Amino acid sequence: MTPFSFNRATDQSEALQLAERGGRYLGGGTNLVDLMRETVEHPAALVDVTGLSRDIAETPDGGVMIGAGVTNSALAAHPTIRARYPVLARAILAGASAQIRNMATVGGNLLQRTRCTYFYDVEGSRCNKRRPGEGCDARGGFNRIHAILGASDACVATHPSDMCVALAALDAVVHLSSASGTRTLPLTELHRLPGDQPQIDTVLHPGELITAVELPAASIAAHSTYRKVRDRASYAFALVSVAAAIAVEDGRVSDVRLALGGVAHKPWRASRAEEMLRGKAASLDAFRAAAEAELADAVPLNDNGFKIELAKRTMTAVLAELAGVDA
Amino acid sequence: MKVVEDAKQAVQGAASAVMAKAVQMAPDSWMPGGKPDPLIRAQHGHVGRPVSRVDGPVKVRGAAPYAAEFPLDGMLYASLVFSTIAKGKISALDTTAAEAAPGVALVMSYRNAPRMKPMPLFMTSEKACGGNDLPVMQDAKVYWNGEPVALVLAETQEQADHAAALVHVAYDEEHSVTALAEAKAKGVEPGQFMGQPLKFENGSAEEALAHAAHKVDQYYTTPRHSHNAIELHAVTVAWDGDHLRVHDASQMVAHTAWSLGHVFGIDEDQVHVTSPFVGGGFGGKGLWQHQVLAAAASKLAGRPVRLMLSREGVYRIVGGRTITEQRVALGADADGRFDALIHTGTTAMSHHNVLPEPFILPARSAYATKTMKLDVEVAYLDMVANTFMRAPGEAVGTFALESAIDELALDMGLDPIELRLRNEPDKDPTTGAPFSSREVEKAFRDGAERFGWSKRQAPGTRREGEWLIGTGVATATYPYYRMPGGAARITLRADGATIDIAAHDMGMGTATAQTQVAADRLGLTMEQVAFNYGDSTLPGTVMAGGSQQTAAIGASVMAAHRTLVTELLKLAGNDSPLAGLDADAVTGVNGGLAKIDDSSAHESYASILSRAQRDELMVEAEPPSPLETMHWSMHSHGAMFCEVRVNAVTGELRVSRFLGSFDCGRILNPKTAASQFRGGIIMGLGLALMEETQYDERKGRIMNPSLAEYHVPVHMDVPEIEVMWTDVPDPHAPMGARGVGEIGITGVAAAVANAVFNATGKRVRDLPITLDKLL
Amino acid sequence: MPITVNGSPVPLPSDPRVSLLDLLREELHLTGTKKGCNQGACGACTVLVDGERIISCLALAVQYDGRAITTIEGLADADALHPLQAAFIEHDGFQCGYCTPGQICSAVAMADEIARGLPSHVTGALDAGTIALTRDEVRERMSGNLCRCGAHNGIVDAILEVYGTSEAKVLEAAE
Repeated sequence: MTPFSFNRATDQSEALQLAERGGRYLGGGTNLVDLMRETVEHPAALVDVTGLSRDIAETPDGGVMIGAGVTNSALAAHPTIRARYPVLARAILAGASAQIRNMATVGGNLLQRTRCTYFYDVEGSRCNKRRPGEGCDARGGFNRIHAILGASDACVATHPSDMCVALAALDAVVHLSSASGTRTLPLTELHRLPGDQPQIDTVLHPGELITAVELPAASIAAHSTYRKVRDRASYAFALVSVAAAIAVEDGRVSDVRLALGGVAHKPWRASRAEEMLRGKAASLDAFRAAAEAELADAVPLNDNGFKIELAKRTMTAVLAELAGVDA
Repeated sequence: MKVVEDAKQAVQGAASAVMAKAVQMAPDSWMPGGKPDPLIRAQHGHVGRPVSRVDGPVKVRGAAPYAAEFPLDGMLYASLVFSTIAKGKISALDTTAAEAAPGVALVMSYRNAPRMKPMPLFMTSEKACGGNDLPVMQDAKVYWNGEPVALVLAETQEQADHAAALVHVAYDEEHSVTALAEAKAKGVEPGQFMGQPLKFENGSAEEALAHAAHKVDQYYTTPRHSHNAIELHAVTVAWDGDHLRVHDASQMVAHTAWSLGHVFGIDEDQVHVTSPFVGGGFGGKGLWQHQVLAAAASKLAGRPVRLMLSREGVYRIVGGRTITEQRVALGADADGRFDALIHTGTTAMSHHNVLPEPFILPARSAYATKTMKLDVEVAYLDMVANTFMRAPGEAVGTFALESAIDELALDMGLDPIELRLRNEPDKDPTTGAPFSSREVEKAFRDGAERFGWSKRQAPGTRREGEWLIGTGVATATYPYYRMPGGAARITLRADGATIDIAAHDMGMGTATAQTQVAADRLGLTMEQVAFNYGDSTLPGTVMAGGSQQTAAIGASVMAAHRTLVTELLKLAGNDSPLAGLDADAVTGVNGGLAKIDDSSAHESYASILSRAQRDELMVEAEPPSPLETMHWSMHSHGAMFCEVRVNAVTGELRVSRFLGSFDCGRILNPKTAASQFRGGIIMGLGLALMEETQYDERKGRIMNPSLAEYHVPVHMDVPEIEVMWTDVPDPHAPMGARGVGEIGITGVAAAVANAVFNATGKRVRDLPITLDKLL
Repeated sequence: MPITVNGSPVPLPSDPRVSLLDLLREELHLTGTKKGCNQGACGACTVLVDGERIISCLALAVQYDGRAITTIEGLADADALHPLQAAFIEHDGFQCGYCTPGQICSAVAMADEIARGLPSHVTGALDAGTIALTRDEVRERMSGNLCRCGAHNGIVDAILEVYGTSEAKVLEAAE
């Protein structure tokens, strides 16, 4: 680990000032400390922001504001989340281990970096995300866990978060703060596709701090779930995951939210499938057709072609389960 | 006995077929185990009781010290730099930034490392145990991707690790062979295992196969595996003049002391290796370059050194199980009796180790067949030296063999258990030796009843919601080994006894079971017996490997005990109630010796010692050479039953039930033995479901050197596992017991694959059985 | 503010790189907390912070000032055994013993999480007020603690013996 200075921010303005001077925000450390030890990351200064916002509060318009310092465990355990946004509680509980969820924060979870093993192999492998322009050894290597959607020649990595997949489906809004003020972003616009700049994971400006994640009011969210498909029965990253919420009236899909994990460089909101389903009869065929459409542009690598069919099947099954349609 | 002397040589690796035959033909009574161990008859002592581990309290309190937990005054921390090419030379090495980094004491590389001999390669002599025989940081050459090329010593681990990252290395890369296809194209060589060719032919198996009424002929593959003991390999070393003190995590302390002595040009007595607690071994905790490098750096720095490998470091420098490609072909007559059994294939190996994964071992003794062809060929790769991992050969060999038998049974419409039992041999199919004890049928019948095998349904017909359910069965098998080199010391005092032997307990329960055994043999309570192990200065050279410790320690203590009794009877003299009796006529009972079948003729140890005016009596002895393994065919077996659930949507595979029914001779401690069986089975579940060391064939680099990306089973993957056993003593093994450490992993992958077929109608012949293969 | 470890105040390390794990092992010589991967993938380093379980290998010690750490050495007084420690011995919930302190610390906190009604990945209804300590709940919640010797059955049995309510045991029997 490269030496660094450590400061704990007592309030937001102090955090921003420390970041201005080159500090890197530190949440629970479950990803950043690992990456620093692996020498993937070399921040010269860390700013502990875990103490800044640990509140979960209902907003005036019926949504929920979640402080960026809230731990994953606390969020999943919160009665409002469990009752009104079960997909979010389920997604969090499907991730990592209890110990890690007790440490990891909401803000940190959003900024997790990929689990691509070539990204981690600092000395021995080429990675455009680590050293732009040097090449990507994941192509042609072990890429079973890699992207099938939205990848580029430069990068085929996936975003590893479960929580973000649920947030993407829920139209969550990320609250940001920087020296130049505050702004909000839809979560679906926080993360980038790799393109020819895979070293940049998000659209955050330098020094910009995630202060909160807001869940808008959405009655559909109460009827939602998360399904994660992985190699181990627990404590493994998703090969494919699906966050879904659906409302069916008189046999027709009145509203639907769908997002996929494990398939792309960002949490993948399945807008195309959603559009196809709205107003359609809730049937297995319609669900499958929507899944087919969403994956129509999927491009397999040598090891991960199975993810295309797996994603289709999982989407179809999750929608069928939520809609009460026999599979 | 000339034949016995000559045969000793044979056992030690220079076997000739003639000598082996002579041992086979010799009378039983000449053999170790020819006269059953009297302890087999003892049914009311400590042996056979489910005693809790003697080291339990210290372990659950976190008070058991492992190798990295001996802080020494002035100790430096080490960190390694690993090569990133598979073959070539270091062309530039810049250590200036590292040397200038805070806290750094020194940077060691080929330029300044002390001159050392290569490690003596495992099994090339009695105490040799190096994982490879390459120069250790002696020149600029690089032999594998991940080889240590520099070592940093610093005042703290953080400083050492940071400085290691500042070492800059450049290479002149040479062409390396890292792809199996290229290695095969360059030519394969016949495999050798423990001095024996991995080749056997009896009759014309291919011809018999061609004419067989029923046949299967299939290819199976298994990937590389890593031991992944949770304890990282670690060593704490200090020099005192020309004496080296080593706190190691080791399955072979005496071997390590001798081998390190060889490396540094000092006598084995000048190297003291201890390893009281080992956080899991599974074949991986031998002598690798880290112990040598730590000792070399300590010598250079003149200070004690701790080297705990990172998890990546373990993958880079400690080999695991290598890859196999296997063909199994079975030909059977109309009744299912085998006309032909062919098990051949290829395994990859480095140029600098001795273990081609011997996957044909199960086929040598498992089934009767009219003709047989077994062959392991080796393709050479530039890679980290592969090594022994739990049941080398059997773990992956049974996957192919026992899958093929299932395929044949299906083809014939026969119950797979029935097919196996129809091919039970009446003597060893390859050596012709009689079996010492073989209760395969009982294991199958008892296991089938407990498991409810008769309720099995046709493939693809059981479903609950999304889940397809199926059951499968396979044979587990592992030989009885007892290696040469045993010796034990017994120190008897009025109030108890101490057993000293350079053996190991990495969690198998050795100390617990052997305390039970020694207490019964001596007629003492367990509290009166201390069992000392894990120290190279103790007698014996007993490796924790090959599931042989139970037998090796048992035979050593038997030998020492006989000497002890002989000495005690001499001391007892004519004034004792035991006067006139010889060692065969007495037994240890109630804190003393008694005449067998007449306990009134008894004298306590306290009485004998005090009359002789002795505080203690110390004896040491070696057991006879392990000729019993040549005279009899000695194998353990098991019937492995499995129920799986396969998700029809996602292909996810979960094991919902598992039952192992074992025939391993007498079970010394049902509690610790059950844990050994379960532990093996769970590692077998990992092998079946998820484990693979990802070796990137383009650069010869392991890409998942991490417990996050190399999956081992977690709690949620492990169902309740039932184990049961025949408990039929092996009359020719010490205590009637064969080892239990490795058999559990064998047969598991086939039982799972066979159950997957029963659930889904899909046959998976390539491990691991991940969901993409079942979609 | 110092860190409190098993009731005693401990100064923060001067090097912020020092993990809580290395502070415990190398500076305080509390080596019951184990290093198995140093990357948050095995759970051997599990300790309790203000009663909640975390992995100490990815925790920078400086981040834990003012917090109360409990390690395996602090679970029971001197020579006494915590009931779960005793149950681990009785059920043979370990072999090599290396993952054991982490398993035990993890299980102590897990029981508290269940008592507080916190759900897990396998919990059926998220809005149920109480959660039964079934074998599946224990297996899922303990999955962050790897064991390579394969003592999983004994570990779960030990946990169920100590923390299982009669209600959970009935459910278990019905499974």
